[in-house]
Amino acid sequence: MIRIDHLHKSFRALHVLQGVSVVLPTGSVTAIIGPNGSGKTTLMKSIVGLVQPDRGTIAVDGVSTINNPESRATIGYMSQVAHYPENLTPRDLVNMVRGVRMSRVPDISDELIEDVQLHGHMDKPMRALSGGTRQKVGSVLALMFQPTTLLLDEPTAGLDPVVTERLKERIIKVRDAGSTVLITSHVLSEIQELADRIIYLHEGRVIFDGMVNELLERTGHDVLSRAVATIMMQSNGGVQ
Amino acid sequence: MKTTALLLKYVVRDVMRSRWLALYLIFFAAVTEGLLYFTGGEAKTVVGLMNVVLLLIPLAAAVFGTLHVHHNRDFVELMLTQPVSRSAIYFALYLGVSLPFLIAFVVGIGVPAAIHGVVFNPPILTLLAAGSALTMVFFAIAYLIGVVVQDKAAAMGVAFISWLSFAVLYDGLILALTVIFADYPLEKATIAMVVLNPIDLARIIVMLTFDYAALMGYTGAVFQEFFGAATGIIISSSSLIVWTLLPVFIGRRAFGRKDW
Repeated sequence: MIRIDHLHKSFRALHVLQGVSVVLPTGSVTAIIGPNGSGKTTLMKSIVGLVQPDRGTIAVDGVSTINNPESRATIGYMSQVAHYPENLTPRDLVNMVRGVRMSRVPDISDELIEDVQLHGHMDKPMRALSGGTRQKVGSVLALMFQPTTLLLDEPTAGLDPVVTERLKERIIKVRDAGSTVLITSHVLSEIQELADRIIYLHEGRVIFDGMVNELLERTGHDVLSRAVATIMMQSNGGVQ
Repeated sequence: MKTTALLLKYVVRDVMRSRWLALYLIFFAAVTEGLLYFTGGEAKTVVGLMNVVLLLIPLAAAVFGTLHVHHNRDFVELMLTQPVSRSAIYFALYLGVSLPFLIAFVVGIGVPAAIHGVVFNPPILTLLAAGSALTMVFFAIAYLIGVVVQDKAAAMGVAFISWLSFAVLYDGLILALTVIFADYPLEKATIAMVVLNPIDLARIIVMLTFDYAALMGYTGAVFQEFFGAATGIIISSSSLIVWTLLPVFIGRRAFGRKDW
């Protein structure tokens, strides 16, 4: 479970997160959506320690993640298409993460490499890999230690349809195993497919936090994209 | 420590496979071999190499170090999302990029010098030590700039201006001050100003070992006169250590607070 209380973050004069308070339950997939600059990535990066909040608290399974690197032992994070060092290979990166994690949980990288069809690329330098293949590397690095908290920032961007489906299946599997999954995506059909819960952020504030069905009911639509468009127009007009 | 060593292994592996590092090594090897072959004397070789070392190492370190931070942003993020302290990551990155360049410099000059049988002569050894110190100092400064300045182009600009200031403008400033205040005793002030420039310190270390007053310039001569060669070398070397540790320490603090 992830519990976030009154989280504030500013970059100079720009208030990116303004008192965000949410609880993400165990065994669920929560999608954070919102327009560009609404604070989605900053919120996710705050949870995993890449961004240090100005105020507020974040606890993952009861353990504070702020200035606490040890808390990341159970967190898997997949960023948007990553540009890893061009002279390292995916195998180097997998070995590096394996080395620093020294996890008690079994490493399932071989299974994941097979799953996302990365086996033919493991010894190629990163500079020789396409954006989609790099994304596959990112997914293996995020999932290989079966994290109890999984944070995915645009995970399917650049992936081919077959691997996209396999990654989605994997996300569902992780959720069913009792993990807390947080995902951002611009593909709303994908969110409708994967997410149990939705958090809608606007200018660093939580405008909606609830189940997907609640959002659909509240807006009177049966398709998520229309529901999101409605709530987006409402929030732009200052109506909650 | 163990985690730093593990991360260091992969940072070094990436940098060691870089074609820029190979070019750096080949350049020093070619210049050293050329100077040893054509000048036929160790003294002339060291003087020739010294000018290359004092200009090129700070420039290469400033540029490559600053770029390394910005080009490896995603890699740094990957490391930061692991259960590893920011200190361990910072030291792995700094050492991982500076040590391969230090080794390339030592091998580039050391191998031709060994072939010519002069590698263990004090001026060559001192040049290697001074160049190594400059490598560590300017990578530390470059890493600090790379961490503090968010924008890549701006960071490159700051790195280049830093190099230009230390390598060119600073000496001009000292010279101008000594001319303007020629009627005043400036020895102590000059020594203080030299200590504030790592390139001057490295040059003085090599020149004091050489004991060749004509090449020392004003600041070197003041150093030798004031302290004598041995004390001068100790003071210069200690100052270079401070010049390495200070930016590393400040950079580590900035890295610890930085948002990625």
